[in-house]
Amino acid sequence: MSASDAARPEIVIRGVTKVFEAEALGTVVALNGIDLDVAKGEFVCLLGPSGCGKSTLLNAVAGFSLPTSGSIRTNDVEVTAPGPDRAMVFQEYALFPWMTVAKNVAFGLEMKGASKAEIKEKVDGLLATLHLTEFRDRFPKDLSGGMRQRVAIARVLAIDSPVLLMDEPFGALDALTRRNLQDELLRIWSEWRKTILFVTHGIEESIYLADRIVVMTYRPGRVKKIVEVGMPRLRDVSSPEFNTLKRELTEMVMEEQRRHAEAETRPAMAD
Amino acid sequence: MAKKSGGSVVWSLAVPVALLAIWEGLSRAGVINPMILPSPSAVFLRWIAYAKPMMPFDPVEGTYVAWLFSGELLHDAAASLYRVVMGFLIGAGLALPIGLLMGTSETVYRLINPLLQILRPIPPIAYIPLAILWFGLGNPPAFFLISLGAFFPVLMNTIGGVRTVDAIYVRAARNLGASGATLFWRVILPAATPHIMTGLRVGFGVAFIVLIVAEMIAVNNGLGYRILEAREFFWSDKIIAGMISIGLLGLAIDTGLSRLSDHLLR
Repeated sequence: MSASDAARPEIVIRGVTKVFEAEALGTVVALNGIDLDVAKGEFVCLLGPSGCGKSTLLNAVAGFSLPTSGSIRTNDVEVTAPGPDRAMVFQEYALFPWMTVAKNVAFGLEMKGASKAEIKEKVDGLLATLHLTEFRDRFPKDLSGGMRQRVAIARVLAIDSPVLLMDEPFGALDALTRRNLQDELLRIWSEWRKTILFVTHGIEESIYLADRIVVMTYRPGRVKKIVEVGMPRLRDVSSPEFNTLKRELTEMVMEEQRRHAEAETRPAMAD
Repeated sequence: MAKKSGGSVVWSLAVPVALLAIWEGLSRAGVINPMILPSPSAVFLRWIAYAKPMMPFDPVEGTYVAWLFSGELLHDAAASLYRVVMGFLIGAGLALPIGLLMGTSETVYRLINPLLQILRPIPPIAYIPLAILWFGLGNPPAFFLISLGAFFPVLMNTIGGVRTVDAIYVRAARNLGASGATLFWRVILPAATPHIMTGLRVGFGVAFIVLIVAEMIAVNNGLGYRILEAREFFWSDKIIAGMISIGLLGLAIDTGLSRLSDHLLR
């Protein structure tokens, strides 16, 4: 990475605040004054308990739900709507069930207006990369969760987006499949030099994957602390360093989790 | 597997066969008046007579195939099929675009929905006097009534299908660069297809009911007309033979639609 790249971050988040009007809860401040820079090619995890606004922040970067105030710029362009320069991988996969695996992967390319030959070449390559070639004509419902998430990853890689936004993509998978896909993702990330913003509540997952971990507070969502993970990859989850960091992060996250639990039980006690 | 399904055939036939046997026995013993309820064998013989060609084969009249299909039943079935398909196509053909528009546009939905809610509870059969007044006799009033029967189920399910498309598909598609008409044709419409197919099947069911009623008022052939005609002559065996034919036609069409639906929704 050159010095000028590092000087101009891929994602610039400044003073982002998001306020919801929820019927049951009244006015909810989901995000409050978030500042965050993500460098080109950096892998950043947003970590926190549910209700800390990490998915809200990701959706704001994706352009699905814009911030109430503050600004988000990717590649020096203000985010105003969803777009293929910020591809999203969802926890629920969001594959189109009426399309085959190959058609799902080709979708973004077709939207771009790519030629048939180009689509075929790219799709074939991606299916091979993600070990999906023999499943190309299957429908998503015939695949396991891990396979579906592979298809979803292939689908966003196809549009060659510089930024990948991932919303707890491996949350619904069993532990072994998750590790397997994490390794796959790291391999793709280092090969393709993507900028990744990855939402998770998995402490171990964040340490295993990220360059930097952004720990967020429970409502209103703020940046509690940003932790650099200095360890070389692939990281050994049983090493002392890994576990020291895990303990430190667990403490921080549990503190927020307790605030979450208190907030949840408070109305019940008032009744 | 084959053994199991063989066994299940025996099981599923046991009760109907037993009932038929009791019915036949009671009829033969003279317990049941054949005018009120003819025996199964009489119904079966009448059904054969209804189905087979009325004249002996004569090469001068036409080909053997034409002769084979010259029976009254096949003519009636063809006439009924024609009516229900035409009425269904008109009704569903109008309901689909209106439903898609109402499903996508909140403005259109708000404008049209109140009127629909007022019209929807009126059974198509209540339109019979108006249908005759407007369209006279013959096929046109039947088409009108049948299309009304198909219209609302298709419309309601299409609107519901489009409005309840899982937001995540739309998000994913927009994220991958889809918008406007492409988003609609490539994502919203296919995502709504299961609902729409349900609407088509329900709509066809209602259309089929209305068909039989419509044939009792304004036409002089078709399966509905035939059972009414048979009543005039106290041919209760033919009434039942006609009812069975109606059931078989309905079953055949629904099986076809179900196959189509399975194919579309693989």
